Amino acid sequence: MIVDQIEEGIVLDHITAGNSNQIYNVLGLDKLDCTVATIQNADSVKMGKKDIIKIGKLIDIDLDIIGYIDPGVTVSIIKDGKIVERKKLALPETIKDIIKCKNPRCITSCEQELRQEFKLVDRENKIYRCIYCESQAPKHIK
Amino acid sequence: MNNLIDIMQLSVEEIDKLIETALDIIDNPEKYAEACHGKKLATLFFEPSTRTRLSFEAAMYELGGNVLGFSAANSSSAAKGESVADTVRTVGCYADIIAMRHPKEGAPLVATRTAGVPVINAGDGGHNHPTQTLADLLTIYREKGGFENLTIGLCGDLKFGRTVHSLISAMSRYKGIKFVLISPEELKVPKYIISDVIEKNNIPYEEVTSLEENMPKLDILYMTRVQRERFFNEADYLRLKDTYVLTPDKMKLGKDSLSVLHPLPRVNEISVAVDDDPRACYFKQVLNGKYMRMALILKLLEVEV
Ligand SMILES: [Zn+2]
Repeated sequence: MIVDQIEEGIVLDHITAGNSNQIYNVLGLDKLDCTVATIQNADSVKMGKKDIIKIGKLIDIDLDIIGYIDPGVTVSIIKDGKIVERKKLALPETIKDIIKCKNPRCITSCEQELRQEFKLVDRENKIYRCIYCESQAPKHIK
Repeated sequence: MNNLIDIMQLSVEEIDKLIETALDIIDNPEKYAEACHGKKLATLFFEPSTRTRLSFEAAMYELGGNVLGFSAANSSSAAKGESVADTVRTVGCYADIIAMRHPKEGAPLVATRTAGVPVINAGDGGHNHPTQTLADLLTIYREKGGFENLTIGLCGDLKFGRTVHSLISAMSRYKGIKFVLISPEELKVPKYIISDVIEKNNIPYEEVTSLEENMPKLDILYMTRVQRERFFNEADYLRLKDTYVLTPDKMKLGKDSLSVLHPLPRVNEISVAVDDDPRACYFKQVLNGKYMRMALILKLLEVEV
């Protein structure tokens, strides 16, 4: 299957198969007025199967969120039909307002206006802890 | 801003300096009697803890300072739904330093953002209680003359006991430490503390269930209370609360140089008959807590004596 090249926009490639819906949702791509193509279960030499998202417009996207969900994703910026920049992702040091602390004894459970903030404590095992109560972050957003 | 939220914020050198100050206070109390003249400590206790609050207040009075505050959330603006941030921002206008206890974990960290004055965590739920650890450390230092080459037994509730977790973290930075973790199966030290603290620092440890069998090897025995409020199920609490009771008979198995610590209050895990044993250090620990709080207040207020 071939999806048209885009002239200007962003391509998120090497998404772990099955993760594209989550990325689509947290980036709020449904609210854009441009074309967004999601390709699921594409064949990949490296990964076996992968997902790809193509966004037909240059928008600001939160790389940290993608890095947290799926740090293997490659982000390419396309202008005039050419890749002008490739961004490699890494696990962000901190993540804000993406995941919610589940500890009922945490101050964030009763003071709703506090930002939900987690810091990376173990890169190898992808462990984040709440900056307030140090509870381990849930592995997935939902 | 100078704050103390978690014991691990303090380097080994800073702990040494606090201990040095505390020892000087013990030897020369008159030198410090006016050190905080004209300064005010606010004790904001959103949940009651009489002994911790009194320790902070006594510490400030002995430094020649004054104290204001509240001792329960229902007598404060929190009862009207005010946020922690707003409460401490207000209090920061009146006080030079704040000691705060709160049932929610992380509340003192939130306080540091708006207080405008130093904040000391006087206990946040089951999370941190760094000044208790300072009391533990001064007691170990005074009893043992240092922090190296000690076999430390921790006994009782090692799962929910925050003082246990903080003490393990703090002691893991010294040479020649061994831990003997004595608890029922249900109340073992959480895995992440074993992996992130004990194993990470290559510290020898054993997890055991018998206090008697392990008594002879200990230099320090840190007893803890099994707390009712940590259990969802009353039956579990009742079943586990009397697993370990330190009695004069068990004390006979310990070294002459053993030191027994307990963060207090105790319920019945140390029988009253042990109190007269010279190795019982838990009431000295209370006094040491006051001296370390004095040293901490001086440090955070940057008062030179
Ligand atoms: Zn939390």
